[in-house]
Amino acid sequence: MSMKLLSGDEAVARGAWEAGCRIAAAYPGTPSTEILESLATYHDVYCEWSTNEKVALEVALGASIAGTRAMAAMKHVGLNVAADPLFSAAYIGARGGLVVVTADDPGLHSSQNEQDNRFYGLMARVPVLCPSDSQEAKDFTRQAFDISEEFDIPVIVRLTTRLAHSNAAVMLGERTAMPDKGYEKQISKNMTLPAFARVRHVDLEKRIERVRAWNEKSDLNRVISGTSSPGIVCDGVAYQYAREVFPDASFLKLGMVHPFPNELALRFADSVSQVVVIEEVDPFIELQLSSLGIRVTGKDRLPRTGELDPGRIRAALGKPAADSEPEPDVPNRPPALCAGCPHAGIFYALQKQKVIVGGDIGCYTLGALPPHSAMDTCIDMGASITFAHGCDKALGANDPRRRVAFIGDSTFFHSGITGLINTVYNQSNVITIVSDNCTTGMTGHQPHPGTGRTLMDQPARAISIESVCRACGVEDVVVVDPYQVRETRRVVREVLAKQGPAVIVSRRPCALLIRLHDPVRHVDPEKCVGCKTCISLGCPAIAMSNDKSAISETVCVGCGMCADVCPRKAIS
Amino acid sequence: MNVLVCGVGGQGVLLFSDLVAGVALESGLDVKKSEVHGMAQRGGSVTSHIRYAPKVYSPLIEEGTADLLVAFEKLEALRYVHFLAPGGRLIYDPLRIEPLPVRLGLVERPDDATLDQRLAARAARRMDVPAFEIARELGSTRAQNVVILGAVAGFLDLPVDAFRSAIRTSLKPGLVELNLKAFESGQAAAACR
Repeated sequence: MSMKLLSGDEAVARGAWEAGCRIAAAYPGTPSTEILESLATYHDVYCEWSTNEKVALEVALGASIAGTRAMAAMKHVGLNVAADPLFSAAYIGARGGLVVVTADDPGLHSSQNEQDNRFYGLMARVPVLCPSDSQEAKDFTRQAFDISEEFDIPVIVRLTTRLAHSNAAVMLGERTAMPDKGYEKQISKNMTLPAFARVRHVDLEKRIERVRAWNEKSDLNRVISGTSSPGIVCDGVAYQYAREVFPDASFLKLGMVHPFPNELALRFADSVSQVVVIEEVDPFIELQLSSLGIRVTGKDRLPRTGELDPGRIRAALGKPAADSEPEPDVPNRPPALCAGCPHAGIFYALQKQKVIVGGDIGCYTLGALPPHSAMDTCIDMGASITFAHGCDKALGANDPRRRVAFIGDSTFFHSGITGLINTVYNQSNVITIVSDNCTTGMTGHQPHPGTGRTLMDQPARAISIESVCRACGVEDVVVVDPYQVRETRRVVREVLAKQGPAVIVSRRPCALLIRLHDPVRHVDPEKCVGCKTCISLGCPAIAMSNDKSAISETVCVGCGMCADVCPRKAIS
Repeated sequence: MNVLVCGVGGQGVLLFSDLVAGVALESGLDVKKSEVHGMAQRGGSVTSHIRYAPKVYSPLIEEGTADLLVAFEKLEALRYVHFLAPGGRLIYDPLRIEPLPVRLGLVERPDDATLDQRLAARAARRMDVPAFEIARELGSTRAQNVVILGAVAGFLDLPVDAFRSAIRTSLKPGLVELNLKAFESGQAAAACR
């Protein structure tokens, strides 16, 4: 058997493959994206980018009901979208092993919140496994399929960003070929009619209690006997930090945090003088221990917000740390749109317009920051259009600012379409801009239904965004090229003057997807008057130098947007 | 060994750290490497934490404990210099990439002399390597990361030759020759310092 450096995401993919998983579905989302990207490189597993996380989980559940081992993977907020089928799946159970991977994002590296999805286990009544490194990510995922089948229940594997995107050595195993059980009609199990579901709920409580009894003796949880106080209870990557800070302490390291191994925890608490719970974000383990009557130190000392690290644990628990303050006054380097980013062109066209803009989720969310300041809200996937609709209903004619929704192409397919239908059917005066960069940009260029390719690199029928919008009942649909900045601005102004609903599709491939080979642009300092019009494109290649604009030849990709907007024709 | 690598999204920090972590694993050590993808990569500040030893727990390096800080850009060197352990070494590219707030004129641009003074005050053992310029002379600024790797290779407590084979096996065949040259140039630049 060989050792390989794998990220937590890659390790989950390996574990699923080794477990004989045959069907896997996901929607891209940081930090979970690489799970399916990696799994798609193995043979004998069908992998797809589903249109959203609800779809992905239903696809996996369908495969499970059909007797095959299946997995759905998503970022933490994706499980909110997929919560509906998750709860039904718990009642129905898992004929073929069914594993749901959620990758949480403590610290909000690339998300709108830092919700703690361990609570989904408690609420949906399903087991939750929390690996602490890549080796466990592989092993736990593999074992999750066995647990799922043995106890007829879906199993959640919960990662966090730090685990998903850390690489560590993993001992690889071989694939166990699982015979498909085939489909069998079982309406009392698979139809959640109230009469059947009442019975299934009672059964679910029995199933989760059987898992609890099993978990009391499971090797997913480990006691490490140390020589010093306190006794530490932890899960996930927090265990690695805690070992670093308390090398000699006793540990109860939990691998399955729900259903909770009550007896094991009580025995551990009896064996130590003081119990400290070290866990990221919410006090999930702490609540379980408290309900058993165990007094603990936990979130009274440790932070409930943000990502943990060894330094924060030291500071919270009074352990000495290296004294090293960051340098003051280092200019921030916030993420920004790339050179040649087509979103910049459509943002420029929106500048100085009297608009209220509902934003959405993608690279273009960065357009809320200067110099574009192009959006007012970011709520969740698809909420640009529905926000604008609600806002329009509330403001009516009392506010002259036009209600605009700004959404990306992949997000439009994910959950924009239902909102668009709603603006038509319930009649609001909303202008929807679909900024179509022909890929899922933020997460690293995954194909989507508009691209004509699948995750497994097969050709597919590309779905036309314009046709979808027309089929939704929007009569006014126009397409613009955001690199033609002035023309785009003219069209935007024209559409803003009309009655909605209307759609503007702003289409240009992501500048990182199709590298331009156009010549880099230069500023003629004789002609430049330093008006900063080009600066307002927010292009990282352009900066002011001695009151004239200057273009960095190593950053410029030659898109020509700056030349298009320059009022003095100083850029060529 | 704790190696913190920092730079700007798009500079190739991740490939650099993949190569170092791979060589450390081949040398029979336990390795952890941690970085963040997604929104942070869009021209933002990027770090990669690499730790290798007989046994490694935390994937993150604590402030004040890095043996080596490798910076692909000067402001980023200053941003993370507090991660260096007392006596730790800083190796940086004096390249400047101005952050958006500076380009927009919202924040004043710190001048080079001040940055040099502040770095000197925090890192007694330091070396600047003009890797970006060297890579440009070799014909591709994208090889900046491998030039820096060449400059750093002698300070990693890992077999230097293993990096040459890692470059051969990890990169696309068409890029191997250029990157081997970049690696040698980085080594030569470090030797002159």
